[in-house]
Amino acid sequence: MKLDSKVPKGPIKDKWTTYKDKINLVNPANKRLIDVIVVGTGLAGGSASATLAELGYNVKAFAYQDSPRRAHSIAAQGGINAAKNYQGDGDSNYRLFYDTVKGGDYRSREANVYRLAEVSANIIDQCVAQGVPFARDYGGLLDNRSFGGVLVSRTFYAKGQTGQQLLLGAYSAMNRQIARGKIEMYNRHEMLDLVVIDGKARGIITRNLITGEVERHSAHAVVIASGGYGNVYFLSTNAMGSNATAAWKVHKKGAFFANPCYTQIHPTCIPRSGDYQSKLTLMSESLRNDGRIWVPKHMKDAKAIQAGKLRPTEILEEDRDYYLERRYPAFGNLVPRDVASRAAKERCDAGYGVNATGEAVYLDFATAIQRYGKEQAKIQGIDNATPEKITQLGEKIVEAKYGNLFQMYEKIVDENPYKTPMMIYPATHYTMGGVWVDYNLMTTIPGCYAIGEANFSDHGANRLGASALMQGLADGYFVLPYTIGDYLSNDIRTGPISTEAPEFEAAEKAVRSRLDFFIKNKGTKSVDHFHKRLGKVMWNNVGMARNEKDLKAAIQEIQQIREEFWKDVTVPGEPNQMNPELEKAGRVADFLELGELFAMDALERTESCGGHFREESVEEDGPQKGEAKRNDEEFTFVSAWEYKGDPKDAVLHKEHLEFNDIELKQRSYK
Amino acid sequence: MSGFFNSSIGRKIAMALSAFFLMFFLLQHFAINILSVFNPDLFNEVSHFMGTNPMVQFALQPVLIFGVVFHFVMGFILELRNKKAVGVKYYKNNGAANSSWMSRNMIYSGVVILAFIVLHFIDFWFPEINTKFIKGDWSGMHEGIEGYRYFHELQVKFVSPIRVAAYVLAFVFLGLHLLHGFTSAFQSMGSTAGRKKTLQAIGKTYSVVVPLGFILIALYHHFTYHH
Amino acid sequence: MSGKGMNLTLKIWRQNSSEKKGRMVDYKVSDISEHMSFLEMMDVLNEQLIATGEEPVAFDHDCREGICGMCSMYINGEAHGPDRGITTCQLHMRMFNDGDTITIEPWRASAFPVIKDLVVDRTSFERIQQAGGFIAVNTSGNTQDANAIPISKHAADEAMDAATCIGCGACVATCKNSSAMLFVGAKISQYALLPQGQVEAPDRVKNMVAQMDLEGFGNCTNTGACEIECPKGISLDNIARMNRELIKSNFIK
Repeated sequence: MKLDSKVPKGPIKDKWTTYKDKINLVNPANKRLIDVIVVGTGLAGGSASATLAELGYNVKAFAYQDSPRRAHSIAAQGGINAAKNYQGDGDSNYRLFYDTVKGGDYRSREANVYRLAEVSANIIDQCVAQGVPFARDYGGLLDNRSFGGVLVSRTFYAKGQTGQQLLLGAYSAMNRQIARGKIEMYNRHEMLDLVVIDGKARGIITRNLITGEVERHSAHAVVIASGGYGNVYFLSTNAMGSNATAAWKVHKKGAFFANPCYTQIHPTCIPRSGDYQSKLTLMSESLRNDGRIWVPKHMKDAKAIQAGKLRPTEILEEDRDYYLERRYPAFGNLVPRDVASRAAKERCDAGYGVNATGEAVYLDFATAIQRYGKEQAKIQGIDNATPEKITQLGEKIVEAKYGNLFQMYEKIVDENPYKTPMMIYPATHYTMGGVWVDYNLMTTIPGCYAIGEANFSDHGANRLGASALMQGLADGYFVLPYTIGDYLSNDIRTGPISTEAPEFEAAEKAVRSRLDFFIKNKGTKSVDHFHKRLGKVMWNNVGMARNEKDLKAAIQEIQQIREEFWKDVTVPGEPNQMNPELEKAGRVADFLELGELFAMDALERTESCGGHFREESVEEDGPQKGEAKRNDEEFTFVSAWEYKGDPKDAVLHKEHLEFNDIELKQRSYK
Repeated sequence: MSGFFNSSIGRKIAMALSAFFLMFFLLQHFAINILSVFNPDLFNEVSHFMGTNPMVQFALQPVLIFGVVFHFVMGFILELRNKKAVGVKYYKNNGAANSSWMSRNMIYSGVVILAFIVLHFIDFWFPEINTKFIKGDWSGMHEGIEGYRYFHELQVKFVSPIRVAAYVLAFVFLGLHLLHGFTSAFQSMGSTAGRKKTLQAIGKTYSVVVPLGFILIALYHHFTYHH
Repeated sequence: MSGKGMNLTLKIWRQNSSEKKGRMVDYKVSDISEHMSFLEMMDVLNEQLIATGEEPVAFDHDCREGICGMCSMYINGEAHGPDRGITTCQLHMRMFNDGDTITIEPWRASAFPVIKDLVVDRTSFERIQQAGGFIAVNTSGNTQDANAIPISKHAADEAMDAATCIGCGACVATCKNSSAMLFVGAKISQYALLPQGQVEAPDRVKNMVAQMDLEGFGNCTNTGACEIECPKGISLDNIARMNRELIKSNFIK
């Protein structure tokens, strides 16, 4: 099968407009005859459900949480990008497009990214109209902040809870349609398989998480908006329930899975504290606007800090190594996430880490507090303010900007970050890889779409901050509602899809037998036991830095864990009632397969690009010495994997990436 | 409109409106009663005016009675609905961690006040009604007493230490009821003023001074009455 | 490590399903680190239960960073436990002492029936929001420019403070009347404070309040407990605003 990205012809600036003008539409009377299933109700799924329902389709939306509002998009803190150029700092669609392609290390599809930049401004308009309370300045106009990897201020935000506010916006739009009867909302339902009839996606099998009932749902198209697979690492900033099951099931039914090895390790997370750790907490990247990252310059200081004999505030300015400012003078602390994360790992691996485990670096606000303090003293006309007064004024400003993050940190770590520098360490955060989709966001299964983080998306090998929210909403509000019409226009005479088809029968049977297996297996180890083991292998061997030997070992180990899992897992309770362990078992079973494909993909890609860093591929000399080295000759493609029954038998298809509007360059932030 | 007063918030607002009315009445009642301490003659004059003025007797009095009854009945209805809304109780509940005793026990302070009002009616209101409407005596005089009878009747009532104790107890509960109710009524009416310092201070002053004043009046008459 | 941590007795509500009767059951956990979150302590208990073939305690949780609003435990008589400004998942074991007995119950309210153990059904909140918790605007791509209507920073900030509600239901759980007015008040306030929300404001407040009553939530008696237990510090002022909006919608417009 040859991959066809279906990117329209023509100049990049006109592609989307021209395409939209020409694709098929479904007339309003016919939309009423068409059902669409949306799995997941985060920014992508929520916005898509609402918009499709507004258009007149009958939407069935599914969420494993008890409300669509709880999808993990809610946890996004920092902001959402849009090329509004409200700050007049030279922003434009092209510049947002350029930054995103460059930030993604030239591994994304140009046409998709340009479309994303193009609709970004509409997102802000739409959200404001919905009542999303973005931050404003005193003139009543929208405020912006800057994020890593870019040279303009284009990030819109709502305190440190932008994702929450955007999701509540999409959720409110959904509520309006639920009230109108256009969306049928299935809370506490988990999709456990896709039903394909005559080669087309025609429905799903779900489990009602309250009653345990296995149900069939049919539709003319199925949209997967179930997020990323970061929890393959066990510890990540994802929610506990975030899982890859929906995406993996469509993969197993024929959808190619693209670039699984592209994972974002976010640099500013709270370091882990013990083996009992269940998840990692992210601190918004916006903190890097004002926080300076450092470790001790001298090994003896690092050792003393690790032993708890020295406090960071006791280390003199000249004995600190602000390594990001040192290595990347142009971008400093605002280098992209992958660069910042690797730099932290490099320092910690060299022994300069700053907590007991040696896996943490400082994020210090002292300079910012002084700067803001002096500024405020001047504004308030306080001559010869005492150092205490300046600190106090400065802390107030920092509190206004990041108060909720500081409070969150203090609650977890039990240290006051206004007085002592924060400790941070990278953690798995976002997965750029995902289900392969064409320009229409359709997977390789006709009628099956993937949007938001679930698809392999527009972020290439690395995602810039504040771009995930943009992409999720772009897909759901402004892209999918158009492109899906083109496909559904052929379905206006199909009529309702029967759930009595043998394909439904077979899919339901398979789901049931797997659920029964878990309950009856009566092994000796809990689901978490295997999940933690998988996570450890993933983090150690397929984490921030990868090499051939470790990847090969990882593949073997994952196969081993998977084998043991099926032999020895235990799931207490019954299948026909609420059973969280049973839910987890199914998800971990899928992670155990996905993890192997992930490692295989990482092994295959011997270049370093974005979040994927191969130790074998670094710049040997010159000004970029030690930085990641891309290999455009051999790897300017999307890896799309086809399922063949066992992860190790997966077949690689390549979608060659063409760059006509952006010149491929070394990604330099120096 | 009827929909409005059937809604939960409409009922709250009705509670608050009747509360405001009752608090105003209480203040007025207090102002008259305190005269009995400083100027018995003036007290008699005012009492006679209030007791015989047709406007007060036939317009204000029924409204007052309606207000009292409404506040109690609505209070009980809301309490019953709230009980139903709660359903199963907690095994362990630490209400003191987040709210005052007064706010959590309005129904109990209210019940004590209701019991007091029954006593109060037996003491003063029924005899008044009996004198005026059954016997038809609107003179405000009584055989063997010089001038109006009101001050004398007041003093006689506070001879019994048991009655005085009941009054004192009731007014303590009234104070507790007001300590929450005063500012709460503002909140129910949609005003945040009750959460600002000024009104909180006024509320506290009112809730302490008025009940305490009534207590002092009772004690004063108890200790100063001589045959 | 053994022996260093805390030993605790947990009294937990166990109920197999909404139809079955429930009861408090005692469990012991040992060697609990003070750096653990409360839910990580529950994970330890559940691993222990699984190892002995018992069914683990079902509880709602998801993001574990205090924003999804899923977690919902009534700990030692308080919603989200003894700390302030946090959800259950952000509660840390350093708030407890070695040898403590901790009671853990589900949210209690007729409108929040128990599904299993500590999991309750909060779909009543969903229906309230569906009754009017939105601004009716379609997605078209032709919406007016976001800066076309300036909104005062003060109003925007206040709307944000109301919008920060995570819908966890702690306000209902902690209210002696099981009233949902803090939740509904916050939602109504967010839109009442913004110019975009004005057109539908009268209908919104009427419909949402009507739905709230229909769901069987109690009446607010202004104890203020909700405001104190709210993990996001939603102000009681929002209830006053809702009351005002309802008066306005009935008597002014």
